[in-house]
Amino acid sequence: MAGGDGVKLLGYWASPFALRVEWALKLKGVEYEYLEQDLQNKSPLLLQYNPVHKKIPVLVHDGKPLAESLVIIEYIDETWKQFPLLPQDPHEKAKARFWAKFADEKCVPAILGTFTKVGEEKRKAANEARENLKTLESGLEGKRFFGGETIGFVDIAAAWLGCWTRIAGEIVDVKLIDEETMPELCAWLENVLEAPIIKDCMPPQDKLLEHIKGGIHKMLMAAAST
Amino acid sequence: MAEEVKLFRNWSSPFALRIVWALKLKGIEYETILEDLQNKSSLLLQYNPVHKKVPVLLHNGKPILESLVILEYIEETWKQHPLLPEDPFEKATARFWARFNDEELLPSIRDASTKQGKEQEEAIVQVEENLKYVEEKLKGNVFFGGETIGYLDLAFGWLANLVSVLEEVTGLSLTASGKFPLLSAWMQNFSDAPVIKECWPPRDKLIIKYQAMIEKYTAVAAPK
Repeated sequence: MAGGDGVKLLGYWASPFALRVEWALKLKGVEYEYLEQDLQNKSPLLLQYNPVHKKIPVLVHDGKPLAESLVIIEYIDETWKQFPLLPQDPHEKAKARFWAKFADEKCVPAILGTFTKVGEEKRKAANEARENLKTLESGLEGKRFFGGETIGFVDIAAAWLGCWTRIAGEIVDVKLIDEETMPELCAWLENVLEAPIIKDCMPPQDKLLEHIKGGIHKMLMAAAST
Repeated sequence: MAEEVKLFRNWSSPFALRIVWALKLKGIEYETILEDLQNKSSLLLQYNPVHKKVPVLLHNGKPILESLVILEYIEETWKQHPLLPEDPFEKATARFWARFNDEELLPSIRDASTKQGKEQEEAIVQVEENLKYVEEKLKGNVFFGGETIGYLDLAFGWLANLVSVLEEVTGLSLTASGKFPLLSAWMQNFSDAPVIKECWPPRDKLIIKYQAMIEKYTAVAAPK
């Protein structure tokens, strides 16, 4: 696309929300400049582009900033038409939006609770997480990907969840995505994490493991002191 | 082609009201199925097994869930009286602010209304911060959608009647203080707009409902 300042992405190497925006850009072959942010010491640029939440990711297209990863992904899908992420059919599109929202609003908090709480609260969170993941599995409707034969909006929205959950599960020794009870979700996770662009963009797994370990430790300490 | 459009809602849900407004603004004929949320119908549970909530839109037998998702579906299916801007960036910005309403503003107002002591004070500060952003959004426009009501007006729409209900029930002053003149003007304009005006749930019933809700929260929080 000629003119303007092109596409910039303000992100953080370990952020799954920035990662899913990168997946969208790369799947569509959109050229962009990646600007790594220091979240402990936020840049004036980040504060200028996202004054409301002061968070990454922020997509800047021809000088205009957009925040909220799923809003950004829909914008990318509407602006660059190759490799469509959302289905054309309005009802299928609505279903895709529903499942992406469900993954973020129901699966994520329960999974987080499983790894950062203790005792009875942890047990409850784990049960809720398993229930929600099982529900998410029903959104696959027996397909290879949520998008059908190829990766789509929900796959990009939720793939990180499987990866992060697996890593955290190894650290805390809790298996949430269980092959016996969620065979389709397990298969989906294998397929999506092996897909070329998805795999290439992943942060280095050893660095990520340390990062997640640190995060869990911090949250468990906070839980222990209340 | 005969279209079958049904809306599962209850008498007071502000999320369901968004859908009533959208359908009416676009002149879409539909059947209302009024739910008692204390006694949900088997149809509602069948069409929304995941969340068991209203609103649910049923179009030719297929359910659509989540009010903002339903609004987008309606926009894509019936093209008259467009609610979202054409331009992808403007559209994305509207979506950002609708999420801000649902994920930041609404919870902060709920907390300010139902919490006590220090937590309430903090919530009130948060509400003011959030309302400042909304006020800023209205600069130069009658409605969030510009000259006419759009998607973002429907997303923020609940403010136009429920803020005053909550202020009456709690004694708090959220916008009544006059600190947000553009927002107050918008609340009046939106409330009085033809389609919107005829859909408001009865105010006296709302007062009773929110009074009861806040008493319940206060009772739970009170020291034994």
